[in-house]
Amino acid sequence: MGVAITTPDLEPAPTRPGPLRTRLLPYGLVTPSVAVIGGILAFPLGMLVWLSLQHYGLRELIAHQGEWVWLDNYRAILVDPLFRQVIFRSLAFTFACVVLTVVLSTLIALLLLRVRRAVRVIVMSALVFVWATPVIVTVDIWQWMFDYEFGVINYLLTQLHVGNFIHHNWFDNPLQGWGVLVVVAVWGAIPFVTITVFAGLLQVPGELLDAAQVDGAGGWQRFRFVTAPMLKPIFLIATCLSTIWDFGIFNQPYVLLNQRPSSDYYTIAIYSYRESFGVSQYGLGATIAVLMVIVLVVVTFLYVRETLKVAEIQ
Amino acid sequence: MTGIAVAVVMLFPIYWMVITAFKPGRDILTLEPKWFPAPFTLDNFKDAIARPYFLEDVRNSLVIVGVMLVLALLISFLAAVATARFGFRGRNAFLVMIIGVQMVPLNALIIPLYLMLDGVGQTDALPGVIAVYLAVVLPFMIWTLRGFVANIPAELEESAMIDGCTRVGAFFRITFPLVGPGLVATAIFGFIQAWNEYIIAYVLLSSPGNQTLTVWLASFTTNHGPEWGPLMAAATLTGLPVVAFFLLLQRYLAGGLTAGAVKG
Repeated sequence: MGVAITTPDLEPAPTRPGPLRTRLLPYGLVTPSVAVIGGILAFPLGMLVWLSLQHYGLRELIAHQGEWVWLDNYRAILVDPLFRQVIFRSLAFTFACVVLTVVLSTLIALLLLRVRRAVRVIVMSALVFVWATPVIVTVDIWQWMFDYEFGVINYLLTQLHVGNFIHHNWFDNPLQGWGVLVVVAVWGAIPFVTITVFAGLLQVPGELLDAAQVDGAGGWQRFRFVTAPMLKPIFLIATCLSTIWDFGIFNQPYVLLNQRPSSDYYTIAIYSYRESFGVSQYGLGATIAVLMVIVLVVVTFLYVRETLKVAEIQ
Repeated sequence: MTGIAVAVVMLFPIYWMVITAFKPGRDILTLEPKWFPAPFTLDNFKDAIARPYFLEDVRNSLVIVGVMLVLALLISFLAAVATARFGFRGRNAFLVMIIGVQMVPLNALIIPLYLMLDGVGQTDALPGVIAVYLAVVLPFMIWTLRGFVANIPAELEESAMIDGCTRVGAFFRITFPLVGPGLVATAIFGFIQAWNEYIIAYVLLSSPGNQTLTVWLASFTTNHGPEWGPLMAAATLTGLPVVAFFLLLQRYLAGGLTAGAVKG
């Protein structure tokens, strides 16, 4: 999902008093959106919570009627050792991906400021190309490049004397497998974050940077004390969105492991999917999904709070 | 130099897909990779297109994205006008909702969406998927379009009304044409989101003739492992429309998405 880059401007637009028809018009205009978003996003979110409090298996699915069990699902999940592993792995994976994505994207965006126009157009086009390519397509490509027998990565690493990678299977060792997933996720996330940060960099007034330089600030200091504070809102949104995407990741591990990932490669979303659509424990699956949403709500809350703080300072 | 290196690293996987797709089988499975498709062949593409359900799934993808986009543009435009042009009670609540729902990961909603659509007999049917995609793209499209509409001075409309246009007439003659680039930019966004989506389509559409291209692509792997040539050809075909659509309309995007989003 994409997201707008600014916070909403909360001051009300000027209201012109008019006849009743004119006053009702805006409500008529937003009704379809409210109906669609309410019915297909908000209602299911409520239903998810409701499901997580029920035993909902195959029998209940056929009867369309769950069995109310209050917090039993939560008790079962919270003592489940696999769930703890999955949470821990997801958090570590998210942390690695978000840090790498934001740092690399910022470096590329800074680089874009300094290169010639032609080079900038080339890099931008490359980023847009990657961004527009469907995730499933990119996962298939990476799967081919990391193929243990004929993959180009094993060949290159061997040729570059990094080690002997002939017939090296990256997914035998989960740590290496997750490393591959980090590469795939970060590569896919870099275009959006880079373009966003670059758009922000263009808005930093050149006079400020010049003034800092006159005052004797070096390159790093200018970035640290002039550019970075001005880009804080953009870094916040990029970090927040990356966290949401990486923590809820499903497609990359699922397809990279041929739609049959072993439990070593479960992310929270895959675990929830397996519990519900794999073994028909929809109640438990919903519980896992609710816990995932809770973690992300906390992250989002921190993000919104920081954004409001930044808005107040400005 | 570093800039070119970045471009090369980012583009290499896509280059590798395309040239693999054009290589004959014996040049794909080599221990020492061939960097160019020296003997050049279209066999992989012929093979991919001839696979079962390719045409059905192309049609499904087009129908889903097309219908969804028409509805989404219409609905989001109405909401954008309401929030950019009118002050009304609940406007801020509406905007906060638009921002808030984008923070909920779609992956978490699959179970209730499935059960809900199952209840009304819309699993394994395109309308269910269209409805879900519509809800997914709407918040961003409303927000972006709102920025575009807000950037067009209301005075333009008012002067048209003084010259004798009705309110509706002024709107369609003045505001609507000016917001064109915004509609294109948001349409590109919606197209990419819907065309690339995988998990909802994978869960909701169970019979092979009803699926979309991304699901078709992910089911390419046989028990003997993937056949890389046809798979890369199929991947190229799946990615092609998005990239083409994007490049075709890119000039409208010049500042489009960010301008609409940043200027609120």
